Amino acid sequence: MRSSEIFLRLSKRLSANKNKTAPKLTGAIFLEVKKLKGRLSAAFSAAFPKTIPILTGFLFLGASYGIYMKASGFSFVYPLLMSITIFGGSLEFVAVSMMLQPFAPLQTFLLTLMIQARHLFYGISMLEKFKGTGKKKLYLIFGMCDESFSINCSADIPSGVDKGWFMFFVTLLNQLYWVTGATLGGILGEFISFNTEGIEFVMTAMFIVIFIENWLKEKRHVSSLVGAVSSVVCLIIFGKESFLIPLMLCILAFLTLLRKPISKGVAE
Amino acid sequence: MTLAEEIITIAICAAGTMLTRFLPFIIFRKGDTPKFIRFLGNALPGAVFAMLVVYCLKGISFAAATTALPELISAAAVVLIHLWKRKMLLSISVGTVLYMVLVQLVF
Repeated sequence: MRSSEIFLRLSKRLSANKNKTAPKLTGAIFLEVKKLKGRLSAAFSAAFPKTIPILTGFLFLGASYGIYMKASGFSFVYPLLMSITIFGGSLEFVAVSMMLQPFAPLQTFLLTLMIQARHLFYGISMLEKFKGTGKKKLYLIFGMCDESFSINCSADIPSGVDKGWFMFFVTLLNQLYWVTGATLGGILGEFISFNTEGIEFVMTAMFIVIFIENWLKEKRHVSSLVGAVSSVVCLIIFGKESFLIPLMLCILAFLTLLRKPISKGVAE
Repeated sequence: MTLAEEIITIAICAAGTMLTRFLPFIIFRKGDTPKFIRFLGNALPGAVFAMLVVYCLKGISFAAATTALPELISAAAVVLIHLWKRKMLLSISVGTVLYMVLVQLVF
């Protein structure tokens, strides 16, 4: 049930209760609010545990990004605003070095598209899943980073949990972690000194787990294999700085060629 | 860079990012999504998850395999523990702690 439906129900009840006493009216409102609250808390309780790895990863990665910005001479306002508006980890790091160089808007734009092009794949994968999520859809797309996409795309959302609100909370929590980490890093800077070397592996580990879960769920592994083999091959051929775009084209080409065998294996 | 140039740079990064996130939804906003795009939407996630794993591990060098040992050992641990217990948080935390121990103390 969406907020618009709740409103409709409410207004129906209100008009039905027109001539009756006020307590009944507040009762109706109270009941609907209670229902909405229950739905939200169910979605939140389902979403939060899924974001715990991101909580660790984003707080520390965000902090290291904030520290990096402070060390490059920027106030904490920069990581705060950039983590809210851009919300894409790798680009934000690159943006810092771009801001230390002469102004080059066109180059900035092209580099942004190259780094962020993978989101096109996320969007195509979520076209159907985001349907029917109402106004939340705008924020779901806005906040669709690698991590939120992976969780929302792979999670088995328990029946009875509103899937729109579930995805909304996953996305919102992840962004909150990132913004908090980046801002704290920007404020505290070098004062943070504990040995967290290697904590970034939490992201790698999460993507591995999501890949395995997807592997165990799918009937045929054509797509996973195409992705794995072409990723490694493209990384070796093109190098880590520029392998993403050739890799995306490669994946598109192979999936198109192998459409028939894949269609048999993918659950609609 | 002046403040205005900085603001424009940040705005371009944000706008470019949003373009890549919103574009599929803008193109296919009306009616039924074309069959081929729906096929891609169903087929892509497997390949994309593999891509993200490799993207995270892109720093490892294939030439000097020993420098990649912490990554390879920890990744293998995540796979094995996950296949054994299938508890997401357990596999992730054991793998991460193992990796931190390996890079800080062993290698």
